[in-house]
Amino acid sequence: MSAPNPTINGTLAGAPVVAQILEPSPGAILRRRIFGHVGLVLGGAFLVLIIAMALLAPFLAPHDPLDQELSRKLIPPIWHDSPKATWEHPLGTDLFGRDYFSRLIYGSQISLLIGFAAMLISGVIGTTLGVLAGYFGGRVDMVVNFIITTRLSMPVVLVALAVVSLIGNSLWIVIWVLGLLIWDRFAVVMRSSTQQMRNLDYVAAAQALGCSTFRIIVTEIMPNILNNLIVVATVEMAHAILLEAALSFLGLGVQPPAPSWGLMIAEGKGFMFFQPWLIGIPGAALFILILSINLLGDGVRDVTAPENQN
Amino acid sequence: MFIYACKRFGVAVLVAITVSLLSFSLIYLSGDPAMALAGESATSEDIENIRRVYGYDQPIMVQYVDWLSRVVQGDFGRSHYLKREVAEVIFERLPTTMLLGACALGFAILLSIPLGVLAAIRPNTIIDRLALTLAVVGQALPSFWFALILIFWLGITWRLLPITGTASWQNFIMPAVALGYYVTPAIMRLTRAGMLEVLSSDYIRTARAKGLKPATVLFKHALRNAIIPVVSLAAVQFGFMLGGSIVIETIFAINGLGFLAWETIQRGDLPTMQAIVLVLACFYIVLTFLADMLNAFLDPRIRVA
Repeated sequence: MSAPNPTINGTLAGAPVVAQILEPSPGAILRRRIFGHVGLVLGGAFLVLIIAMALLAPFLAPHDPLDQELSRKLIPPIWHDSPKATWEHPLGTDLFGRDYFSRLIYGSQISLLIGFAAMLISGVIGTTLGVLAGYFGGRVDMVVNFIITTRLSMPVVLVALAVVSLIGNSLWIVIWVLGLLIWDRFAVVMRSSTQQMRNLDYVAAAQALGCSTFRIIVTEIMPNILNNLIVVATVEMAHAILLEAALSFLGLGVQPPAPSWGLMIAEGKGFMFFQPWLIGIPGAALFILILSINLLGDGVRDVTAPENQN
Repeated sequence: MFIYACKRFGVAVLVAITVSLLSFSLIYLSGDPAMALAGESATSEDIENIRRVYGYDQPIMVQYVDWLSRVVQGDFGRSHYLKREVAEVIFERLPTTMLLGACALGFAILLSIPLGVLAAIRPNTIIDRLALTLAVVGQALPSFWFALILIFWLGITWRLLPITGTASWQNFIMPAVALGYYVTPAIMRLTRAGMLEVLSSDYIRTARAKGLKPATVLFKHALRNAIIPVVSLAAVQFGFMLGGSIVIETIFAINGLGFLAWETIQRGDLPTMQAIVLVLACFYIVLTFLADMLNAFLDPRIRVA
């Protein structure tokens, strides 16, 4: 597919040289793979949009997300055929008259911050455990496996709820509790990826050269398992965002009046029969965010390791 | 097989002990449990009394061993709030949650295995794409939001199903769907991958060459082998669902273990909280143990290693 003329690829003498020149560079192949992957492009684009929304929230939001105006409560969104609907509140207002559009924009900050920070914490813990287990094997592997099994047997939602209820709930407590709970997938995947890399020739070569273990892990093994790490990172970020939303929904996550999407759904729950958009809008936002993170992760997996596609 | 089973059993017991230690230490997360129990208006004398009555003045290890030896005999202590034996309350609520979990798993399997098989028979067709899209979408739906949407359409707008309680079997349909859909993508992907692998193997080609009916080849020869890893995944997912049912049970007001957990967390009822964490963890440990045993029984390569 690289050569415009099929005969050049064939048996002609000197053809390999021509073919080599016409062969696209590795960068070009990668670019084509990335931009040819619908899921990756869509997921990436939406995620960039949401991140931009979170960063530019002060400029984008038409109102203060915490500003209450009880005389303007429960205004329906603009697409509703209602005389109350107004462009001043394109997505309507909630039960305290707070602008839903502004709350939605600021809510993206909470979701992204929690997802990203919890993913970082769990990533550090899980990757350390997994790489150590995969590299050293033997007793280390046994101990790490035991820790992973123990962690897996603890019900995440329940333990998170119990811990948060006991030590109090703030944004950072939620982040730490989630980060300390969801590192299992990092550990499992990094362990098996490291095991696969560990016995390859270039690792043996580095050992023969006298490189330190730390250096081998950082410069020989880590770059080669990075794609798996990114894929797990997207999965766990989505997981953390969903857990935060569920915790906030149950009243034990981020506290009101913060505009957490899970909390917005919880607050709108009682009015869902007559104002279904109160739960529809933040839920859809959550769905789009998770979907785009998952699409990005699947895309990275397909592009970096096409042979492992599903 | 026996040696493998013994080893695996030993690990399971060790994990259970570690989990019990962790759930025991939940008490100390909030600081002084006696102070928490006594409330804000208690005098220091009251707190001392409570400390003595509940044994909080003993060294922690003594308390733990004491607690564990009672737990092993099925005595989880008394709930400060419900004024009842914790074990009694838990065993009263457990069947409901088990039923819900079984319904959810049943729904997940009924949906995901046929889809996975279909996707594997016709790879890269519309059916395959549809199944994959469904999986991606399913994984992105927050379960509590999905539950609310089900309530809104099926319960309120069309009035097809009851929205709360456990009065009849219809009450379990929506919760089971809301709890079960989340595990369908994983089971479907595994079924599809397993079927794809098996279908390209030599014995399937032989079976086809013998002139067996396509259905016989598919179900008797292929699916039977492809389903092995799915069985253990399903067991593990069942354990996860029991833990995750807290959200769904709260939304649908189903009087099971998850709802009980939510109530106890709201009230700060520590002994009950500990007991629920421990019971659910033990369920998971038993399920994974059984799944491993089943796998080892079906696939001799595992036992040898």
